[in-house]
Amino acid sequence: MEIIMAFVCGFLFMAAIYLILSRSLLRIIIGTGLLSHGAHLLILTMGSFKGSAPPVLTDGVTDYVDPIPQALILTAIVISFGVTAFFLVLAYRAYQELKTDDMTLMKGSEDHE
Amino acid sequence: MFQVLCIFIPILAALFMPFFYKKVRSIHTGWFVLIVPLFLVTFYATFVPLISKGETEIAQLDWIPSLGISFVSYLDGLSLLFSLLISGIGALVVLYSIYYLDRTVEQLHNFYIYLLMFMSAMLGVVQSDNMITLYLFWELTSISSFLLIGYWFNRDKSRFGALKSTLITVGGGMMMLGGFVLLSIMGETFSIRELIEQAPQLATNDTFVIALILILLGAFTKSAQFPFYIWLPDAMEAPTPVSAYLHSATMVKAGIYLVARFTPIFALSEVWVWLVAGIGLLTLFWGSFFAVKQTDLKGILAFSTVSQLGLIMSLLGVSAIAYHVNGAQDTVFKYAAFAAIFHLINHATFKGSLFMIAGIVDHETGTRDIRKLGGLMGLMPISFTVALIGSFSMAGLPPFNGFLSKEMFLTAMLSVAQFDLFNFTTWGVLFPIIAWVASVFTFIYSFYFVFRTFTGKIKLEELPKKPHEAPMGMLISPVILASLVVAIFFIPNLIADTFVKPAVVAIQPFLYTNPEQVDIHVAAWHGGITPELLMTIGIIILGAILFMTLAKWQKVYEAFPAKLTLNNLYDFIVYEFSDKWMNRFSKLYMTGSIRGYLTYMFTGIAIIVIGTLFIKDGFKVSFIGASPIRLSQVLLILVLVIGTVTTVFAKSRITSIIALGAVGYTVSLFFVMFNAPDLALTQLVIETISVALFLLAFYHLPKFQKVEERTRFRFGRAFVSIAVGVMVTLVALSAHSQKYIESIAQYYKDTVYTLAGGGNIVNVILVDYRGFDTLFEITVLAIAGMAIYGMIKLRMSRKEKNYENK
Repeated sequence: MEIIMAFVCGFLFMAAIYLILSRSLLRIIIGTGLLSHGAHLLILTMGSFKGSAPPVLTDGVTDYVDPIPQALILTAIVISFGVTAFFLVLAYRAYQELKTDDMTLMKGSEDHE
Repeated sequence: MFQVLCIFIPILAALFMPFFYKKVRSIHTGWFVLIVPLFLVTFYATFVPLISKGETEIAQLDWIPSLGISFVSYLDGLSLLFSLLISGIGALVVLYSIYYLDRTVEQLHNFYIYLLMFMSAMLGVVQSDNMITLYLFWELTSISSFLLIGYWFNRDKSRFGALKSTLITVGGGMMMLGGFVLLSIMGETFSIRELIEQAPQLATNDTFVIALILILLGAFTKSAQFPFYIWLPDAMEAPTPVSAYLHSATMVKAGIYLVARFTPIFALSEVWVWLVAGIGLLTLFWGSFFAVKQTDLKGILAFSTVSQLGLIMSLLGVSAIAYHVNGAQDTVFKYAAFAAIFHLINHATFKGSLFMIAGIVDHETGTRDIRKLGGLMGLMPISFTVALIGSFSMAGLPPFNGFLSKEMFLTAMLSVAQFDLFNFTTWGVLFPIIAWVASVFTFIYSFYFVFRTFTGKIKLEELPKKPHEAPMGMLISPVILASLVVAIFFIPNLIADTFVKPAVVAIQPFLYTNPEQVDIHVAAWHGGITPELLMTIGIIILGAILFMTLAKWQKVYEAFPAKLTLNNLYDFIVYEFSDKWMNRFSKLYMTGSIRGYLTYMFTGIAIIVIGTLFIKDGFKVSFIGASPIRLSQVLLILVLVIGTVTTVFAKSRITSIIALGAVGYTVSLFFVMFNAPDLALTQLVIETISVALFLLAFYHLPKFQKVEERTRFRFGRAFVSIAVGVMVTLVALSAHSQKYIESIAQYYKDTVYTLAGGGNIVNVILVDYRGFDTLFEITVLAIAGMAIYGMIKLRMSRKEKNYENK
C-alpha cells in the first residue's frame, strides 16, 4: 500500500506544480491546496500504515498506529489552512486593486521602475 | 609605544581641523596642519644616527592579539627613509597648499582632514611589520587618495578620476590581501620579518608563486605600472598639492616600497625577477614615450612619474638577481638596489618641485595647456629656475642628482646584459637598449616641459589671467626641493651613507648585514670614459636632435588608433561591460515573472534531488514491511486521481473549486481508512471552510482566461511538474524502502496514560508532549486572522500612497 501511496503523492505533487505554474492566481491557490494534501498524505505514508487500531487507548488493544505523524499532520493542516485563507484574501484584494489576476501582468506598478 | 602612536598623530590631528576651520577663520587652517609633519620629521630625524648604523627600532601595540594582529612600527633603513620622505615632503606640501588654496573659497577642513588621513595611512604602510595592518593602511591610502582626487566633487572629471583610481588601486589591494593571506598560511605568521627569516622554506610551497603574483598585482596597481598606470593621468584632476604629494612622491611609491620590502622573500623566484624588471622596463619606456604626446603640464608629469616609477621598479627587479649570483657583493648587481633607492629619493625631490611649478603656472596663468603657454621665463624667473633644475635632473643631466642615479641605472642595466641565468643571455641585451631609448624620451619630455612653458613667444591673449611671479610663500617649497636636487649632486655620499645604504641592507639582507658593508661610492666622474658616460652623451645628442625636430615627428602619435588604448579598455570594462552587458545578462533571467522563477526553483530542486539520488545510488524499492492493499483503498485512490485531474483541467473555476473540495474530502476518507480519526475530523471541517472561502472569493475573482497560453509552453510546464512528481515518488519509495531505526512512538503509547493521564495519544502529543508546536500553530492562525482583517480594513488611498512616495 505504501508503494502505491508514494505514486499517489507524486501524482498530487505533479498536479499541484502544474497548477502553480499557471497564470491565474486562483489556479495557483488551488495548486497550493493540492500541494498541502500531497504533503500531508506523504507524511502519513512515510509513517507507515502498520497497526490496525486508531491511536486512542482501548482495553485489550496493543496494535495502535503511529501517532506522531498524525500529530504532525494535524499541525500542518491548521497552518496550511491559515496560510491558504490569507493567500485567498490577498488574491481577492489584489484583484480589487489591480483589476487582474493574471500573474504575468503583475510586474511591478507604476511607482516601481 | 610612542613610536606606534606617531603613526596615528596625523589622523588624530585631523579630528581638530574642522574646529580650527570653523572657529579660527582669520588664519589659514594649513598653518595648524603644518605643525604635524614638522613634528614628525623632527621625530623621525632623531632615529637617523641609530638607523644609519644598521640598527632597527621596533614598537608594538596589540590590536587583536588572539589573531596575531597588532600595530607595529618597525623602523629600519627602508621604512625610516620613507617615513622621512612622507613627513618631510608632507610639510613642504602643506606649506605650499597654504598659498595655493584660498581660505575664503575652498573647503579647507575637508582638504586637510583627507591629507592628514593620508599621511597616517602612508606612515602605517611603510612602518607596519604586520601584513594585516599593512593592508589596512594600504586601503586607507586608497580611500584618502579617492577623497583627495575628488576634492572638487562638483567637477565631472574629478569624480571620474577618483572612481577610476579607486577601482584600480583597491582592486590591486584586494589581490595583495590574497597574497598576504597565502603567505601567512605558508609561514604561519603575519610578521614580515619572521617571513623573511624563513624565506628559503617558503619558496618550496606550491602557492608561493601565486602569492608572489598577487602581491605584485597590488604593488603594480598602486605604483601605476603597465597596464595599470591609466589611473594616474586621470588623478591629475586633484588639487596640485595633492598631485605633488600623493601622485609623485609618496603614494605611488607604496608599491615600490612593497616590492622592496618583499624582495628578500621573493627574490629567490625567477618569476619575480622577470616580472618586476620586465614590467618596470616596459612601464619606463611606455610612460616616457607617451609623455611627449601630452599637452597638459600635469599630464606630462603624470606620464613621467609612471615612467620613473618603472625605472625604480626595474632596478628593484634587477637587484633581486643578486640573490642568484655567488659573491654578489663584488658584482655590479649590488648597484641595482642602491640605484633604486637613490633614484627614489631624487625623484621625490625633483618631481615634487616640478608639480609645484606646474601648479604655480596654473595658478598664475589660469591654464595648464602647454599649447597656450610660452615665454614665461621673463615674468616668472624663480619658477623658471626651479623648473629648469627639476627638468634637467629628470633628464639626467649634471650637475643635478638625476644624473647620478641615471648613471647607476645604466650601470645596472648594462650588467644585466652580461648575466647568463634565466635566459638572460638572449633577452638581457634588451635591457640596456630599452633603458637607453626610454632615457632619450625622458630627455625629450623634460625639455618639452620646461622650454615649451617658459621660452618662446608669450601668448598673452590666450591666457585667462595676466601672468606674474607667484608669491614668495608658494615658492618656498619648490625652491627647497630644487636646492636639494642640486645639493644631493654635490654631497651624494652623505645621503648614501645616511639613508640609502641602510635601506639597501633592508632590501638585500642576503648580501649585507651592516650598512658599512655596502661599499658603493657615488661619484659624478668615474675618472674615465665609461660606457655609461658614452650612453649619457648619446642620450643628450639624440634627445636634443629629436627635441628640435619635435614638430616634424610628433604626428607619429596620431598614428596610434584611439580605440585601442588602455583607457578605452577600462571604459569598456567599467561602463560598457559592467553597466550594459551585465544589466542585459541580469534582465535575461530576472524577467519579473513569478512563473519563471518558480520554474527555476522547481527545476533546480528536481535536478538536485534526483541527481543526488542516482549519484549516491540511493534509489531502492522494497516491498518488505509494506501493508497489504485493499480494494476500498484502490477505489479511494481512483476517486482522488479523478478529482485531481478535474481540478487541473476544469474549464470553469467553479468546477475546479468543487473538484478541490472533492480531493480534500477524499483525503479525509484516507485518514479514516488509515486509522486517523482526529485528522479525518479536522480535514473535513477545514476542507469545508476552505471551500466556503474559495466560493466567497469566487464571486469577486474573474473567470479563467479562455485561452490560457500557447501549447508550447504548456509542454515545458508539464515537464517541470512531471519531474517534481517523479522526484517525490522516488524519494518516497526510497525512504520507505530503507528504514534504519524504529519509531519512537512506543514511548508515547506506553506512557500516555501513566504520565499524561489521557487516552487519545494524538491529542496528548499535541497539548502535552509537544504543546509548544500547538502554541505557535495557534499563533499562526491568530496572525493569519489579523492579517486578513488588516488587509480588508486598512486601505491606503491612492492619494495617500502618492504622498508617501514623495
